[in-house]
Amino acid sequence: MGIAGNRAVLFDKIKRAWYKFSKNPLSIVGGAIVFVVVFLAVFAPFVAPYPQHAGSFVNFSEASQPPSLRYLCGTDAFGRDILSRIFFGFRLSLIMGVVVISLTAPAGVTLGLVAGYMKGSWVETIIMRITDIFVAVPPLVLALAVCSILQPNIFNAMMAVSLMWWPWYCRMVFGIASSIRNEFYVQAAEITGAGKMHIIFKEMLPNCFGPIFTKVSLDMGWVILIGSALSFVGLGAQPPTPDLGTMVADGGKYMPDQWWIAVFPAFAIMLVVFGFNILGDGIRDMLEVEDV
Amino acid sequence: MGNPIMTAKELKKYFHTRAGTVRAADGVSFSIRENETLGLVGESGSGKSTVAYTIMGIYRATSGALLFRNLDITTGSSSRSKKLKKDIQIVFQDPGSSLNPRQSIRQILELPLKVHRIVDRAGMEEKVLKLLEMVELPAEYLHKYPRSIGGGERQMVAIARALATDPSFIVLDEPTSALDVSVQAKIINLLIQLQDELKLTYLFITHDLSLMRNMASRVAIMYLGRICEVAPTVEFFRNPLHPYTKMLLSSIPVVSKEEEELKPKKITSQGEIPSPVNVPPGCSFHLRCPERMDICSQVMPKIVSMKKDHEVSCHLYT
Amino acid sequence: MSEVLLDVSDLRVGFDVYGGTLKVLNGLNFYLEEGEKVGLVGETGCGKTTTAKTILRILPQPPARIAGGTILFQNKNILGMNSREIRAVHAHGISMIFQDPTASLNPVFTIGDQLMAAIKYSSLEDGLSRREIRGRALQSLRDVALPDPERILNNYPIQLSGGMRQRICIAMALATNSQLMIADEPTTSLDVTIQDQVLRLLGRLVLEKDTSTILITHSLGIVREWTQRVYVMYAGNMMETAPTEVLFRKPLHPYTQGLMKAVPKLTGEGIAKGIGGRIPNYLDPPPGCRFHPRCAHRMPICSQQRPPYFEAGQMHQVACFLYKEHS
Repeated sequence: MGIAGNRAVLFDKIKRAWYKFSKNPLSIVGGAIVFVVVFLAVFAPFVAPYPQHAGSFVNFSEASQPPSLRYLCGTDAFGRDILSRIFFGFRLSLIMGVVVISLTAPAGVTLGLVAGYMKGSWVETIIMRITDIFVAVPPLVLALAVCSILQPNIFNAMMAVSLMWWPWYCRMVFGIASSIRNEFYVQAAEITGAGKMHIIFKEMLPNCFGPIFTKVSLDMGWVILIGSALSFVGLGAQPPTPDLGTMVADGGKYMPDQWWIAVFPAFAIMLVVFGFNILGDGIRDMLEVEDV
Repeated sequence: MGNPIMTAKELKKYFHTRAGTVRAADGVSFSIRENETLGLVGESGSGKSTVAYTIMGIYRATSGALLFRNLDITTGSSSRSKKLKKDIQIVFQDPGSSLNPRQSIRQILELPLKVHRIVDRAGMEEKVLKLLEMVELPAEYLHKYPRSIGGGERQMVAIARALATDPSFIVLDEPTSALDVSVQAKIINLLIQLQDELKLTYLFITHDLSLMRNMASRVAIMYLGRICEVAPTVEFFRNPLHPYTKMLLSSIPVVSKEEEELKPKKITSQGEIPSPVNVPPGCSFHLRCPERMDICSQVMPKIVSMKKDHEVSCHLYT
Repeated sequence: MSEVLLDVSDLRVGFDVYGGTLKVLNGLNFYLEEGEKVGLVGETGCGKTTTAKTILRILPQPPARIAGGTILFQNKNILGMNSREIRAVHAHGISMIFQDPTASLNPVFTIGDQLMAAIKYSSLEDGLSRREIRGRALQSLRDVALPDPERILNNYPIQLSGGMRQRICIAMALATNSQLMIADEPTTSLDVTIQDQVLRLLGRLVLEKDTSTILITHSLGIVREWTQRVYVMYAGNMMETAPTEVLFRKPLHPYTQGLMKAVPKLTGEGIAKGIGGRIPNYLDPPPGCRFHPRCAHRMPICSQQRPPYFEAGQMHQVACFLYKEHS
């Protein structure tokens, strides 16, 4: 069969995945939004009209300008172009999302799988009770508490969010894992003599991919939102770093006269979150195991 | 037919639940000879799957003896040697859930080869192709997923997987119950052929007596955790002794007049099948038995050996 | 000669999937007279459940697509009905028993809730009091020989065995006093002795209430014991139809013959080879007779034209060119 056969099979898989994904046109919209945001974030220094405004830059002669052809989203109280700062703000938001999820998803998923596989044992009890404790604390409160003890900066904000994020992955995967634990194919692997590692990661994990990746996409939106909330109260990124939440907070002072200072960053947050949410739906459709 | 390869003596498996003790297998004794097919027939709650899973080590026996090549295998699969795991394999009933829907056929077949290091990485593809050939599936199926092939073909993959470790004993737990009759024919023929070529021994579990008639060398009937009757196939069907056997036989739908004439007189089954949590005292069948006597509700009947290697557990014959 | 109750004519149904359309039903033709017990025999994937669901208009469209044909129920075309008319048909005209009783019963409601709801919504008289409905529910449970009906009304489905659940589904289907009942593999998930009980019960009730029945199954044995007339279905078409006794005495279509041979017999003559090949790929089905790629007797015309019904005796029709001269 060889390499040619493998490549053909891969193409077919991709085509099928696209067919399922694109059945709902909204998914494509979500994907497009996410793509644009990522592009803008990555290439911000090159596509932003005034990349230098992203740092400490002041130009009081152009301060508080309403949206115009020169400054598409207007300028803030320091004369900085809001559109460019939004592009750089995307960077921070995306980084936060990626970091938090890269930390919490693998940890939460692994714990959930182990707990599901060892359902009924003390291992499961310990894992799930610890999870229960973390879930019981209101997330924003926990993040605020952590941030106020430590220095307020974006790194600590990410740690705080991660701390209350992993239990949800653990719970979700535990639910799936414990229900497929006794399926015939898992028992067949056990009878054959496969080791615990293989069963957890090669037999059970692939059957959790759908909900996991859907949640990852939805979570990007949530983490960005919560990160913005933390910055809004001053516990995240510190000035002059361009951060969407901070921009909304600062702009609040100037409402309603210089509305553009707060509204455009807020709209940017909304757009990003919306994009990831819709994309999440599309991913869920794409990863569904169909019955022919 | 050779020496006994698998013997069970008073094998018991009880499950303790909040609703009570489920006596899934309640003193099962049998012996299977090399290269034969023992047919195990029973309805829900009969304990046939429990026996199968205890043989496989999914369950640990509560008490009793279970010997495979004179080795005690009443312990669970976690304490079995790799060699033993290679030697006893199982084909499950539902091909939909015995193959991981997220794995390709290739991955499914490679697993036993990898676990037991049967071939090295270089020889893997060749061996997997050979397995597919053994069950008469085309080579392209390597890349397919279970959901895109039919139920019969999935079962053939399950059979190929069982053969990967070159076993000598295979438990077939209702392998064709979920399949159509023409697909079933293909699979049964394949199984018979493989048994011949590879000198396999089968424990064939099913509720389909017509299938048993053509497949098994000996047939055993189970009811609520106990064996009611065992006999060589021809003798079993020509001369059924236990009332439950006669009830089963008279209930099977057949397709020709000749077969109608072979069935025992119609015995209407009455009542529900009791659950193995509430096993009636005495003979577990007495509540539904048209020939029950007083003693049947008090004393459990012993197994009696009649002629022609025919054993039955019923007060009518003690 | 009784009235024709259901008349399916040239029914074509397809499903839109990745890669195109699955052209499942390919011009299906069959009918049922009042009071008849007709069997529909076919293997997995031949389209029997699709047919049942199309008759009841419970096929989700998309992905399904009804491409043509008519289904006349009491001389009105079901395919042309609006949702109000369809609901009336569900309430009094046609009832259905599904294969899996566990999936047909709602696990969070008691049996009583579900049974009484069925009776209430299907009764032709308005204003049945709660006591009357409960009385009818108890009677229908007694009709299906369930012990202790009072207790069962308060039970949840999970507390009952599979056989009991299926009998409740039968009770629900019969409580509506519909004219036509479609039973889709009603006993496949049941044990053999319970299957025997349930089928005999169904037979008796159908006789008492004079309900016409279509029994869909893949078991030839059940069809032989239970029906008066049989249709053999393959890949979206009827291959052969005859009174039951005639079909089993003299099956004519190569597919029917193959099926009969493949059934293991109590006489112990060994297992036949089965029918070579697989069911066709509905994305690109074979032209002409859909069975021809697997047929040992195929002729050139078989791949060119779809065979119509040819007469082969009293009420015996075969869709096969081998029998063209007979008619």
